[in-house]
Order: sequence, then structure tokens, then C-alpha cells
Amino acid sequence: MRESVQDYSVVRGFAYSALFWLVIGLVVGLWLAAEMFYPKLNLTPWLSFGRLRVVHTNGLAFGFALAGIFSCTYYMLQRLTRTPIVFPRLAKFHLYLFNAAIALAALSLFAGMNTSKEYAELEWPLDVVVVIMWVVFAVNVFATLARRREKQMYISLWYIIAMTVTVAVLYIVNNLSVPVNLFKSYPIYAGVNDANVQWWYGHNAVGFVFTVPILAMFYYFLPKTVNLPIYSHRLSIISFWSLVFAYLWTGAHHLMLTPVPEWIQTVAIAFSIFLIAPSWGSVVNGYYTMRGNWELMKTNYLTKFFIVGITFYGLQTIQGPTQGLRTLTAFFHYTDYVVGHVHMGTMGWVTMIISAALYYMIQEMNKTEVFSVRLANLHFYLILAGQLLYTVTMWIAGIQQGAMWKATNPDGSLTYSFIETVASLYPYWKIRFAGGLVYFLGIVVFIYNFIMTGRASKRTALDAGMKTA
Amino acid sequence: MGVYSKPALFALLSVVLILVGTFVTTILPIYLPTTQPVSSYIKPYTAVELEGRDIYIREGCNNCHTQTVRPLRTEVARYGEYSKPEEFAYDRPHLWGSRRTGPDLARVGGKYPDSWHYQHLYDPASISPVSNMPAYGWLAGRRLDTGYTFRKVSVLGYGYTRQEVEQQIAAYMERVTAPDYAARDVRNRVTPPELRDTLTEMDALVAYLQKLGRDVKELEKSRRAAMLDKTIGMSEVR
Repeated sequence: MRESVQDYSVVRGFAYSALFWLVIGLVVGLWLAAEMFYPKLNLTPWLSFGRLRVVHTNGLAFGFALAGIFSCTYYMLQRLTRTPIVFPRLAKFHLYLFNAAIALAALSLFAGMNTSKEYAELEWPLDVVVVIMWVVFAVNVFATLARRREKQMYISLWYIIAMTVTVAVLYIVNNLSVPVNLFKSYPIYAGVNDANVQWWYGHNAVGFVFTVPILAMFYYFLPKTVNLPIYSHRLSIISFWSLVFAYLWTGAHHLMLTPVPEWIQTVAIAFSIFLIAPSWGSVVNGYYTMRGNWELMKTNYLTKFFIVGITFYGLQTIQGPTQGLRTLTAFFHYTDYVVGHVHMGTMGWVTMIISAALYYMIQEMNKTEVFSVRLANLHFYLILAGQLLYTVTMWIAGIQQGAMWKATNPDGSLTYSFIETVASLYPYWKIRFAGGLVYFLGIVVFIYNFIMTGRASKRTALDAGMKTA
Repeated sequence: MGVYSKPALFALLSVVLILVGTFVTTILPIYLPTTQPVSSYIKPYTAVELEGRDIYIREGCNNCHTQTVRPLRTEVARYGEYSKPEEFAYDRPHLWGSRRTGPDLARVGGKYPDSWHYQHLYDPASISPVSNMPAYGWLAGRRLDTGYTFRKVSVLGYGYTRQEVEQQIAAYMERVTAPDYAARDVRNRVTPPELRDTLTEMDALVAYLQKLGRDVKELEKSRRAAMLDKTIGMSEVR
């Protein structure tokens, strides 16, 4: 069968879009990190921390990660079904609509049009655009699946299906609101219910954007890279269904010790602990796939992205449930510890896997080798070092502030005023900025290497064409 | 295995599975009385306070300030009485937040005079030199837009008539522009001359901040008074 039938233009389009939004999101992130210890950088209303933070989170979660996910999904979908995208022009429209939506989202957030619900800050007209965009995407996913030439659906396709349906449910339910005008709306939920629905969404946005599709990539690109089958099909079945079932129960671990009913909090704790099992099911499956071939960590430059990435996923899925326990949340919640936790997942797991998947795809699509293995290695070590510096610093900062908030004098009065705990964090915030800078350099190396790989192949193709002519 | 070769069935099965947890932990609670208790002590926001709340939302204050005091000894000592579900009956959206880069604000109402807030919003470092809060002086340079206020309170179902909304706005404007307003000096200092006789966004934000936790403090006060009556009554019996 002819591979060339497959349409990769939208895969490339989303790949370059991901890189573009990655740079924007990281520059904004660095600016925010600097504002933390140098507040004079809040130069204008649209550069003030409160507005800028949502540009950072939305830009990276939806601009970068989602574009990477769309890119890889269109690629894996075509390969695993051995079928070209059924509606290529619709996919092109998806690409343009996506970038227009992210650009408008960034502008509207800069302008302060913001619903305040974390990771669902976009106002209602943009919510409508996002839903249309998602439907356009889903149509191609299911049409291509329906027309597939490979009877059995591989593991990655399960995760893609789960993401496609769940994100739709999450996004619509949490964003139900009553418009006041074009730029302002109020949610239909009030108080405790609004918080509960929001964190059901917030946690599962992490689950079905930062976990499920990234696992789809892991299950596809790791075996492809190392040329070995996944260790256990049965383990992947158990991991998938239990993950998809359990995730939805855990949102309230973001709301421990708040006025949300206690039983919802307790159920969330129980399911969060349970989630360690399916998460580690994938981790173990990845490790055992490498059985007897661990030398690939040295000899194949891409392997380490996947294995170190899944390791951070494993650490993330242990740290998350433990910091949701009542006694620990009482100490850690609202501190930088949680900020460190999130960034281990995004910088250590999501970006590791997406960047390795992009390297793999550009070589396959362009039938070429990576521009520079040494630069890819440099990219790997820079983002690893930057991420570790960032997260470990934030954990320490969180432990320190948590301890200072709880410290009491012998007479029971508080030892530290709030501002004293803030003052103590300045050194950590400066180190965090340095970590972010190292990480950003790694990303610059990555983008250069990726673009050069894309270009080099164009040149060789041109040369080949001239020679035959 | 059948389901792994049937995408539509697979999708359906996934939806059913995710809806189980969704239903039990988020949809069901909406219909339970425990998530929406009502207290006659908790009053809806006035028109000006609501506009202030929307400025709080617009500027993303919730990214650095929480609005839930947890039932922990040191937290109650730092901020005040811990948060109860009924306090949030009129909060759409909730503004509990997830990170305390700055302190919790659920009990900030009445903690400082208006003048403190004007000065602090204008230049946080002038009150706490190590503060990393952005300066919001420019809010005093923006006239408060009340064009949609009535529509907003209608959407939220606060039950005010159009006249009541206008009265509330006029009354608050009168309060902050009155010659004997306690925060007059600092308000005039941070507000450009052409806006001193009208309501600015900073006025509304201060009104909102002063509302936070005020109803709960009233409730506590009345409870304490009732308890005092009881003990006095008992000693008289003795």
C-alpha cells in the first residue's frame, strides 16, 4: 500500500503552530516569573500579573499542548488506520480555526475578558468557537476511524477516542453561562457548586489534555522509536479503562478543607489514591517494553525523552494523590509546592513526549534524518535541568511557606505575618526564573533543530529531483 | 475483543464510564441541600459591590488571592472565622482561588479603613515595602461603567429594580464624594481631578473588598451578643 496517499500537511501545520505558541507561552511565563520578584514589570494593565498569568496557562495548555496533540493525532490516526484523513479540507479549516481561536483568546485575556474559572477563562463567544473547532476535529477522528483499513484499534486510538469525547463533555458542562453582553457572562452555577464543577473540569482538563493524549503518543511513538512491541497488551487494557473511569471522581482534591461537602472530598481522595494504579500501569508497561534493551537509552537519542518523560509522569501521579491527602493539603495547598507539581508534569512529561514525537514525525514525514543528534541531546539536557531546577526550587519554597504559615509561638499566636512569608520567598523566585531560562534555551535549541530538519529534507528532496531531471 | 474494533461503541462506552463519576460527584450535589444552604445573614452584593467584583475578576485578582478560610487553627488565627457554604450563595462565579501569593481575602471586609485600600491599591509597596503586588493606581483613572449593571443584577437574580440599582449607585457616589468621607484625602490624591466627583473603578473595587466577610462578621457579633444575653440571664437567675 502507498504511504504517500496520507496527508501530512495538517500534521506539519499543527506542529509549527505548537512551536509558535510554545515560544509565546514561555516568554510570557518568564515575564511572570520575573514579576514575582520584580513587581515593577507590571508595566501596563495588560502586562499585570493577574491578566498575564491566564495568557501563560491558556497559551501553553491550549496553544502549545493542544496543537501538539492535534498534530500527533492526525499523524497517528492515519498511520494506525492505514487510511488518509477523510476530510482533508475540514482538517485544514480546523488548523486555521484553531490558530485564530488561540490568537483571539490571547488578545481577549490581555484585555481582561476573563471568566476567572481556571483553564476555562475564555468568555462565551470564544467558548462557542472552541466547541465548533472540537466538533470539526471529532468529525475527522470518527470518520477516519469508520473508514479504517486496520480492523483492530491500537491502544493509542483508545486514548484518542477517550480524549475526543471527554473534553467535549468537560468543556461544555463547565462553561454553561448566561451572557450579559458579548464580553461578559455569569456561570449558571453558584458558590459551592460552581467551585465543585470548576475543579471537576480543572482536574480532568489535566487528565484528558495533559495525560490521555500524551499517553496515546507514548504508546505509539515509544514502540516505533525502539522498534519493540509494548510489553503487555492486557496491562494496557486494564490501565486504560480504570484510568478513564477513575479520573472523573477526583476533582475535589483541589478543594480540600473548603466548604465543599466532606463526602465529595473523601471520595476524591480515595479515587486519587486508586489512580496511582492505572497511571503506573502505563509506566511499568513502558519500562518493561525496554526489557533487555536499556542500552537504547544511550544509543538512540529519542528513547530517553520517552523513558524520562514517563518517569516524570510516574512521579507526578504519586505526588499528586499524596498532596491531596487532608493532612498534606492542609500544609501544601495554596503554596508554590503545587506550582512545582504542575510544572513537573508540563515541563517534564508533556513537553518531553510532544517534542520527541515531533522529532519522530518530521523525520518520517520528510523521509530524512534529524538535523543534529547533538543538538537534540543538548535540548534534552537543557529542558531536564531547567525543569528540575524549577520544580525542586518550588517544592522547597512551598514547604518553607507552608511551615511559616503554620508556625506558632508558645502562647499560640502566629510567628510570622503574611508579608514575612512572602519576603522569604524572593530567593526561590529568582532561582525559579533561572530554571525557566535554562528550560527556554533548551526549547530554542529544539525549535532550531526541528526547523533545520524540516528544511534540510526539503533541500535533499530538491537535490534529488534535480539529479533525476 | 469486539469493542476494540468498533469505534462508535468504544466512544459510547467511554462516555458512559466518565459520566458515572461526573454524575455522582458534580451533578448529584447540585440537587443536594448541603451545597446551597441559605442564611438570612448573607446578603447579595449591592450594584457597586458587584461592579467591583467584576473588576476583581477582570484583573485576575483570584490568581494570587484566595477567598476560603480553611478550618485550621492557624488559618482561623490569621484570617478569621473559617468559610461556610452559605456565604457563597450569591457568588457566580466562585472566587476561591488556588494560590496564595497574597493573603486570603475572605475576611478582609472591615479589617482596614477605606483609606488604607485606596493607598494600598495605588501603591502596595508604600504600605509593605517587600510586597510584590502590582500597583493598580490606574483603576482610579477609569470612570466606572454602570451601563450593564442592571442587566447584571437581573441575570444574577438579586431582585433589585432598576430604580434600586440607580439609588445604590447614587448613594455610594454620594458617600465617597462627600466632604466628610473619611478616606477623602487619599481618594483625592489617587484620583484625577476630573473623576473626583464621580465613581471610579477603584471606588467599586474598594466597595467590594469591604463587603468580603462582612456578613459573617455581623453574624458572629449577633451570636456573641445573644450568648452574652444568655449568660447574663443565667446569672440573674442564680
